[in-house]
Amino acid sequence: MTTEYTGWTRNKEGLGLWPHQGKVAIVGWGQSDVDRRWDGVSMDKTYGAYGMKAIQQALDDAGVKAEDVDGMFVCPETGAGATGGASADWGPSRPYFEPPYDSEWGLSRLNAKWIIDNMPGFTNVKFAPDNVPAIGEQMGMVSQAVAEGKCQTALLVYGMNNFEGRYRHGGDNASDFAPGPRQWSAPWSSGDGLQLTGAITIQQYCARYGVNWDELMAPVIINEHRNGLMHDWGFYSLHGASGLTYEDYANARPVLWPCRIWDCDRPTNGVGAFLFTTGDRAKDMKQKPVYVLNHNGGQGGSVRSSQETLDESEAGRAMVARMAYEGSGLRPEDVDIFNPYDGYSFFLPLTLEGFGWHGVGKGDSKDFFNGDISVEGPHPFTSGGGNLGVGRTRTAMYIDSIQQLRGTAGKRQVNIKAETAICAFAPARSAAYMCLSSVKP
Amino acid sequence: MAKLIPVPDDLSKPFWDAINEKRLVVQNCTGCNTMQYPPRAACQHCGSDKFEWKETSGKGHILSFFVTYDGRYQRRIPDQPYNVAIVTLDEDPGINFYANLGGQPPRQVPVGAAVEVVFEEVAPGQLIHDWKVVS
Ligand SMILES: [Zn+2]
Repeated sequence: MTTEYTGWTRNKEGLGLWPHQGKVAIVGWGQSDVDRRWDGVSMDKTYGAYGMKAIQQALDDAGVKAEDVDGMFVCPETGAGATGGASADWGPSRPYFEPPYDSEWGLSRLNAKWIIDNMPGFTNVKFAPDNVPAIGEQMGMVSQAVAEGKCQTALLVYGMNNFEGRYRHGGDNASDFAPGPRQWSAPWSSGDGLQLTGAITIQQYCARYGVNWDELMAPVIINEHRNGLMHDWGFYSLHGASGLTYEDYANARPVLWPCRIWDCDRPTNGVGAFLFTTGDRAKDMKQKPVYVLNHNGGQGGSVRSSQETLDESEAGRAMVARMAYEGSGLRPEDVDIFNPYDGYSFFLPLTLEGFGWHGVGKGDSKDFFNGDISVEGPHPFTSGGGNLGVGRTRTAMYIDSIQQLRGTAGKRQVNIKAETAICAFAPARSAAYMCLSSVKP
Repeated sequence: MAKLIPVPDDLSKPFWDAINEKRLVVQNCTGCNTMQYPPRAACQHCGSDKFEWKETSGKGHILSFFVTYDGRYQRRIPDQPYNVAIVTLDEDPGINFYANLGGQPPRQVPVGAAVEVVFEEVAPGQLIHDWKVVS
């Protein structure tokens, strides 16, 4: 059953419309509770238990039985990654439990085998690749597999785990040495990767466009917290609202100043699941189908030297936007719902301006964010609340887009038309945007 | 300041050897005469794999910065807060370097100011390049 699956990524310009429009739809979603960490005691709140809960919800949402699922795409990574240290891996510092919690599987990681072994009914899974990427490209992988007939009804499972211990302070980040690509940054810098890249770029942005960081970021972050509370499963919905105000934000503890704690998504423990099927089968399912118009992966543009510059950030965002528009056939003015990735707040202005949603151009984000971006208003930006609004699940962008297009977003349901959506887990210059439509192309 | 210690590899050894002689060099493509840093196996501009190591002026300007208050590198935690700046190289501002600008108080970073390269020992016999504001 284990299968490698490659060659599915749409990672450059010039590919034209996605040739499978209308052949793939999202028909179900599920999301476990979102906790700050697993407590090491509550066996009904483990990563594995939460995975099974999310999967059951996705099946029930679609009205599909486990027996009907023939494709399973489970990202096997631990949420905090290789530098996660004790927050990412249960072992080796802590003892394992009775089966099925006698290894990392089910505690810090999930794969198709663990799910099939521990959840009844998955007797017909024929296609379950091991090399499943994080949710941004995972969405594209599943879409392409269903389009190509690798499977007919496919489950996507993606979680982010978090245990006691400081997030990403382990692995290479605990070393005194900087080998490989790190020799060019680690001797001078702190934040690794995106944290560093993005904070520098937005500092440059503020200088170029004459924008104050607080005035740029506070309104959009506060609005995301408001939107996030309108999910019943988010971290702040379950564990208490942040009550974040402009003053709280401006006075919050700096991480990479001027980036504060509220600019960074809160690591959490939880799992999401999504059910995909063919356009034909989707017609007979419980929910209004949400059709895939396009998916992309890879990166927009390149970086010439040590540090990505603002020009490179802007060019990369413009390129990934062109890829999304080319593949979907949408124009900026056709996009109703826009849920880009916000794992660091500072991705939002650059992505918004790159996509030109609601006519926002370079340097315009501060004025846009300080206008009416509420879900009730004319410009409901990040109506899902993003990672900042619900915790670091990387699922809110997709769940909200599905709900908005179905018309089931409840208090978050926008008042503007909601027939098309662009949503993503696409850090920095990632091209992993999904384009969706409630109308069959 | 206990900084992380670079580990030279086959590609970067000539670079770090030069740094240890207090010379800042970058790759220069013999195909298209374009400078490249960090070193790579092929020229990003023309694809050639033929380079010479070219000594730079060691002069640059500050492009931007942030201040690390709560970073991830364990070795640097005692130094917090500290500046992390980006410096562009005067002869080709498309080339940039990270810098801690030793001596500049946190947040007191004159963006746009001229800087020059300095060398700092991070382990016995291993220098790194950093930058200081030219008064
Ligand atoms: Zn060249």
